[in-house]
Amino acid sequence: MSTSVPTTDTSTPGQRARALLKVMQDKGMVPDGYIEQLTDLMENQWDPANGARVVARAWVDEDYRRLLLEDGTAACAEYGYTGPQGEYIVALEDTPTVKNVIVCSLCSCTNWPVLGLPPEWYKSFEFRARLVREGRTVLRELGTELPPDMQVCVWDTSAESRYLVLPQRPAGSEHLDEEALRRLVTKDVLIGVALPVVR
Amino acid sequence: MDGFHDLGGFQGFGKVAHRIDTLSYKPVFKEDWEHLAYSLMFVASDHLGLFSIDEARHAVERLDVRQHVGTTYYERYVIATASLLVEAQAITQEALDEALGSPFKLANPPHSKGRAAITDRPPFEVGQRVRVRDERFAGHVRCPAYVRGKEGVVLHRTRERWPFPDSIGHGDRSAALQPTYHVQFEVRDLWGEAADDGRVVVDLFESYLDPVQPA
Repeated sequence: MSTSVPTTDTSTPGQRARALLKVMQDKGMVPDGYIEQLTDLMENQWDPANGARVVARAWVDEDYRRLLLEDGTAACAEYGYTGPQGEYIVALEDTPTVKNVIVCSLCSCTNWPVLGLPPEWYKSFEFRARLVREGRTVLRELGTELPPDMQVCVWDTSAESRYLVLPQRPAGSEHLDEEALRRLVTKDVLIGVALPVVR
Repeated sequence: MDGFHDLGGFQGFGKVAHRIDTLSYKPVFKEDWEHLAYSLMFVASDHLGLFSIDEARHAVERLDVRQHVGTTYYERYVIATASLLVEAQAITQEALDEALGSPFKLANPPHSKGRAAITDRPPFEVGQRVRVRDERFAGHVRCPAYVRGKEGVVLHRTRERWPFPDSIGHGDRSAALQPTYHVQFEVRDLWGEAADDGRVVVDLFESYLDPVQPA
């Protein structure tokens, strides 16, 4: 064991996290298996493939699309996509003139069960500060150039609603079945910074 | 509180470090401790009931600004959980310092005991014009400052109700339950010409809003 004592400035985030873990374990606060079970949910179960399944179904099933727009929570619950940060789900439907994009300017709120945990860039100061004010510019910098007649509508996840974007089914996808359509729907498409593209 | 966390519209940042559809997003956690941030927070909040998620958000807001700027996302939640556990007297600062081998810097103390929701008004309706109350409050609040005093239109009232953040965020378990409203603003009404075109929809608790009287 090292004898050097780290100062506040030199201790690492990992050391601080493990110090907290140790103190909580010493107090008997952490139940067996709790961390492993939650980590499995976060790493494996909450995944953008879930949102892709929802979007592709809405593209091919008009009744499901209507349900998704009317009661997103119920539509996602059909697949078991519920739980923390997925208690009140609202789907945002793009139109030929409106491109929806999601942000949490105050922190990081995201629809975990449907989109997965938010990526680092989504939680960055840059995205949180700039998207609400410079939506079109930020999308362009990220790689999505919108036509001038398509307006950006930014949804700031500032309370308890948790969103997913329902993009327009892209041109050239008419021949694709539901499973192939799912592959067009990435995490970035669900957040709204990217458009689905048939490659 | 008017804090650094309230970033909407803050100028001076560069480009977002991302290009669309270039990441696999796996593994979800980039470092081997990051899963602990949410796990330990949920042990303390969800499993042990020692604090609410709103209090965790407020603890992140209470990080000293210099510390906030210099920390990564998951790190802030580690510090928030540690701070709340010390404040709840479930663990001690000394135990944290000893486990770390150096001072474990925690969040600054709160400057408010919270406030109650406004509960004696009729709800707002879809299509109604509303104005965000122009208020300053030293505690936890989930109304971005950039819409303060601004007018927008109600697109949706939630079917569910949730504890008012300004109360539950300070540990008040009797916080009134309120719906939230999706209120749409024109970006130009928020920042004039010093912004792009477009709209922003903000999810706002009922107590943050006033009706706009028809002219």
